[in-house]
Amino acid sequence: MPDRPTLTLTEASMEEIKHLVSKRAIAGETVLLNMGPQHPSTHGVLRLLLELDGEEVVRCIPDVGYLHTGIEKNMEAKTYIKAEVMSDRLDYLNNVGNNLAYCLAIEKLTGLDVPPRAQAIRVILTELQRIASHLIFLATTGLDVAATSIWMYCFRERNLILDIMEMCSGQRMMTTYIRPGGLWRDVPAEFEGEVRSFIKVFPSRVDEYEALLTKNPIFLDRTKDIGVLTQEDALSWGVTGPMLRASGIPHDLRKSQPYSGYELYDFEIPMRSEGDTFARYIVRIEEMREALRIVEQALDKLPYGPVRSDNRKYVPPPRSELGTSMEALIHHFKLWTEGFNPPKGSVYVAVESPRGELGVYLESDGGPKPYRIHWRTPSFTNLQILPLIARGHLIGDLVLLIGTVDIVLGDVDR
Amino acid sequence: MEYGLILEWIIKAVLMLLILLIGFAYTTYLERKVLARMQVRYGPNRAGPKGLLQPVADGVKLIFKEELIPAKADKLLFILAPVITVLPALTILAVVPFGGTVNLFGREITLSIAGDLNVGILYLTAVTSITVYGMVLAGWASNNKYAMMGGIRATAQVISYELALGLAFIGPILLASSMSVNEIVNAQGRMGWFFIYQPIGFIIFLIATLAEINRVPFDMPEAEQELVAGYHTEYSGMKFALFMMTEYIKMIVVAVLAATFFLGGYLGPFVDQVPWLGPVYLFIKVFILVFGIIWVRATWPRFRYDRLMAFGWKIMLPLAVLNVLLTGAFIILFPGVIR
Repeated sequence: MPDRPTLTLTEASMEEIKHLVSKRAIAGETVLLNMGPQHPSTHGVLRLLLELDGEEVVRCIPDVGYLHTGIEKNMEAKTYIKAEVMSDRLDYLNNVGNNLAYCLAIEKLTGLDVPPRAQAIRVILTELQRIASHLIFLATTGLDVAATSIWMYCFRERNLILDIMEMCSGQRMMTTYIRPGGLWRDVPAEFEGEVRSFIKVFPSRVDEYEALLTKNPIFLDRTKDIGVLTQEDALSWGVTGPMLRASGIPHDLRKSQPYSGYELYDFEIPMRSEGDTFARYIVRIEEMREALRIVEQALDKLPYGPVRSDNRKYVPPPRSELGTSMEALIHHFKLWTEGFNPPKGSVYVAVESPRGELGVYLESDGGPKPYRIHWRTPSFTNLQILPLIARGHLIGDLVLLIGTVDIVLGDVDR
Repeated sequence: MEYGLILEWIIKAVLMLLILLIGFAYTTYLERKVLARMQVRYGPNRAGPKGLLQPVADGVKLIFKEELIPAKADKLLFILAPVITVLPALTILAVVPFGGTVNLFGREITLSIAGDLNVGILYLTAVTSITVYGMVLAGWASNNKYAMMGGIRATAQVISYELALGLAFIGPILLASSMSVNEIVNAQGRMGWFFIYQPIGFIIFLIATLAEINRVPFDMPEAEQELVAGYHTEYSGMKFALFMMTEYIKMIVVAVLAATFFLGGYLGPFVDQVPWLGPVYLFIKVFILVFGIIWVRATWPRFRYDRLMAFGWKIMLPLAVLNVLLTGAFIILFPGVIR
């Protein structure tokens, strides 16, 4: 048996990281601490190199890429229809929103029109997904400050939403329910009742979370004036979503450039001007309530009709037609083997994901596969301000600040 | 010295250890069940009926786990630290009476090991402080930055809160005019439970002991979200179990102490006729207090480290001093209350 090399530990070379840290760290006055990628509260596999002066964070250097999946590149190797399943896996807490952004891009490229019923159901599901995503934020924030019960309560409600997703698509998380030109199929008959019962139960549950956290003196102490992000910084770093709105800029793509019929619904954009952790928390809590209002309105107005465009060049025909119609069979075969060929061109579509502006840049060379697809993901952009807002705070606050950016690592590395 | 007396002490000491070890095991069970119920979960329910054998399963699992010692750790201290931590926790209760005197096998037996030690409280404060050496040594010996920070936090926290804790002891001492734990309990029998006379002292005692045993909201030294597991990050197997044991035994211990100093200890209705009721009353009081500690964990977030220190030095300590002064003034003004 050949000699196995013995495992030896080597000191991390100062040369490698010299350009990242301050002079004090090189002199040995401050401590360098490696936080993650295996750490309980980096919300996935984020790695932070921390320079600490006692408990105080002097410098925080995020290191991303540990969850790199190559999804963008992978999508280029698949037809437009098949590539859609990859989009769920990007931001796995906002899969419906990702599908929506992707489908909107294709619809813009091909000029497909979406029936009103499909539009309304898209809005309902996206808003439910927004609630689910904010619930995860709330749960992990609670956990970051060691309020463990709120974690379980949030997951209880999230489960109701996942049940609705499962009912519609057969999948709890990776739904791929929204398809180019409409939906996969119509919602089941029980859908409306389930959503109504959720609408009925949820407001009291939000009050329950607020009773646990919003007025808790320890929680206020932990969040007020922590990690203040000024308006100027937020704008110059390209921060979007609840983080931007908590810094006093009421920018929401659902209002400023409505898509999928958001202009039909009456809702507010929650905004705070403090820009601290507490403001971001409150903005997300209020967004849950607003999202519920949108769901309720959309459900009240839910029109009847088809849920898929009947443009057979892009949208597969229903299963029932296959046995009777020759054209349907040909379309079905063509769409599921070769795929469709959208016209040449490039589009950029952005939707408001729970984390901010989720953009899809899609370039088509006229073939059945995307020539290039780029995702402008909010988590990646928002994560950049972590070093800025973490500077000078304690290590305990840093944990909360990672949570308050509300990153999803699948969304950061793609 | 009488041969039987030595045997009696040994039996009592072994019994005490057994009670604490079983108490530890089932406190973990209680905590998991209560937390689960508060968090709409079931909690352990697989091992044995209603999961009652879960602590046994946990123990067996931890015994068979590999004991890792990091390559660059200080081996001697690394092994010694859990022992230093757990021993004081096991010996604190030696001076606490669990009941009055019972007649057993023709002998008069007091239900305590050294309840009439005349410097009982001094013993308590001294022994509780030793635990922190184990924590800081564990943190240092692990050669891990997270563990080190946990150890430093533990030291700072325990020192800050021990002052307030020590001052909270003074109230009962003054009221009972004795440092013997037995005497303090007896005085409560004559005067009524001390939490009536010492509301501030009682609250300070509860908060300071929460900090002393590193429980939420004062679990800074092992803040999972910040320091992975604090000073016991590098520990595994039975050594890890010893740290856990310390934490839960200390939970029981502080509940016993709070019950003894402020809630009348083993006293209760008919306890002077039926002395065996004493341990039962004490158990009920301890159960309620432990339940309260778990409830706090389910409800409250954690303090921030700097706020914890500020709270300890700027609020708790002055308040505790004030409480001592008030108690002294009260005793001078109403000497008739002291009986």
